[in-house]
Amino acid sequence: MTGFDRARIMDSDDIRRAVTRIAHEIVEKNHGTHGMVLVGIRKRGLPLARRIADTIERIEGVRVPTGALDITLYRDDLQLRTVSQQPIVRPTEIPFNIDGKLVVLIDDVLYTGRTVRAALDELVDFGRPRAIQLAVLVDRGHRELPIRADFVGKNVPTAGNQAVQVKLSEEDGVDEVVIEQIAEAAGGKVPRD
Amino acid sequence: MFKGKDLLGLETLEPEEIEGILDTAESFMEVLERPIKKVPTLRGQTIVNLFFEASTRTRVSFELAEKRLSADSVNFASGGSSVSKGETLKDTARNIEAMSIDMLVVRHPAAGAPHYLADCLDTRVINAGDGSHEHPTQGLLDVFTVRRRLGGIRGLRVAIIGDIAHSRVARSAIWGFRKLGASVAVCGPTTLMPVEIEKMGVDAHWRVEEAVEGADVVMVLRIQLERQKNALFPSVREYAKVFGVDAAKLSRAKPEVLVMHPGPMNRGIEIAQDVADGPYSVILQQVTNGVAVRMAVLYLLSGVEEPKAELVG
Repeated sequence: MTGFDRARIMDSDDIRRAVTRIAHEIVEKNHGTHGMVLVGIRKRGLPLARRIADTIERIEGVRVPTGALDITLYRDDLQLRTVSQQPIVRPTEIPFNIDGKLVVLIDDVLYTGRTVRAALDELVDFGRPRAIQLAVLVDRGHRELPIRADFVGKNVPTAGNQAVQVKLSEEDGVDEVVIEQIAEAAGGKVPRD
Repeated sequence: MFKGKDLLGLETLEPEEIEGILDTAESFMEVLERPIKKVPTLRGQTIVNLFFEASTRTRVSFELAEKRLSADSVNFASGGSSVSKGETLKDTARNIEAMSIDMLVVRHPAAGAPHYLADCLDTRVINAGDGSHEHPTQGLLDVFTVRRRLGGIRGLRVAIIGDIAHSRVARSAIWGFRKLGASVAVCGPTTLMPVEIEKMGVDAHWRVEEAVEGADVVMVLRIQLERQKNALFPSVREYAKVFGVDAAKLSRAKPEVLVMHPGPMNRGIEIAQDVADGPYSVILQQVTNGVAVRMAVLYLLSGVEEPKAELVG
């Protein structure tokens, strides 16, 4: 794609409809909510997880337990950063036992797959779920690991010199998904914070 | 965020750097409550605990912090080592550095020893106590403990009681609390109070009752009984009576006062039994928090010197 710096590919209505559909798909594929917990990957996976939990409560009448996962300590790129670039560690809150549960991991963008790899490693340190599924708002391709999503809001083909920014009102004051042109990464792609 | 290559003291840190370390420590508190109290963050990094002075609490705390971050931890105690054969500090450190280590945690009786090592080595250095100068991770955990319990530091009144002159814990605490906006009062026998201590921005008192008046936090320092032999105070009983923090003196502080002590305690001397074990004491919490604070410091210092890959925004 040429000739643009920034393009909005989803507005707040698109996001709302995608979240509603993902919530329905999660309940449909799993034949209900029995033993299900949602875990949002910080930062923006968490508000998405809460929205999905709200929707599931509306359609099934059940409040699915929701937790937050910060994957900073499990990243594979910490040794590549300088001292002043060490990413900020935010709290992980999983206030329930995950043994035997169906964990639905939720994130905003699926790209190289390294964030999800870190999340899987961290989750298994908390217990042994019976299954883990993955829901993402945007899948932008370019996987570097064998990871795939079970539920996808929107597939967005992208190039290496583009970034996909999901903005959610809880974090950013607005609901939208934007593609931006950026400078090509020099030493290979390093996932953003 | 934290800018340095080493952590040598709190004197040179900015308030935002201190807050950043404390925020990071908060996240590590959660790790310490998991069933598997380990994260892979410093996997493959080697950290040497170079202790030229006896320590149990600090050394074990650092060792646990290192292991919980999956680093490889090596302990060096100077007794029964090459140091007793007359090896210089520089040689000891250089020899250890030659074994490709990533970080040094140093405790030494001479003030400035960690700074010296930070200058002549490439390795990151963390000061675990240098003479009477500073004990930055203790200062950080003290501030963290108060912040956690009282929600913030600004505007609080902190009273530090005891042998201020010889206390690196007091000095680091003074820097930490003052930089985050608390006011600090210090009190001890005249023989154990540094001249011109007010220049650190604290109020000097000569009676414990005045120092703890309206205090939110009372920090009690250990009195080294050996100092009595150097005639710095007349008797242990007199010290306990006049400067020991007991319930009567403590009643002048705020009703929800926090009582802190870096340990190890001389029960019944600088601190009364019922105060040490009472409802205001957060002494054991300090120890728990110490591991999380040290994990935060180790994590923040573990980056490399030069970035190896362009970071994509």
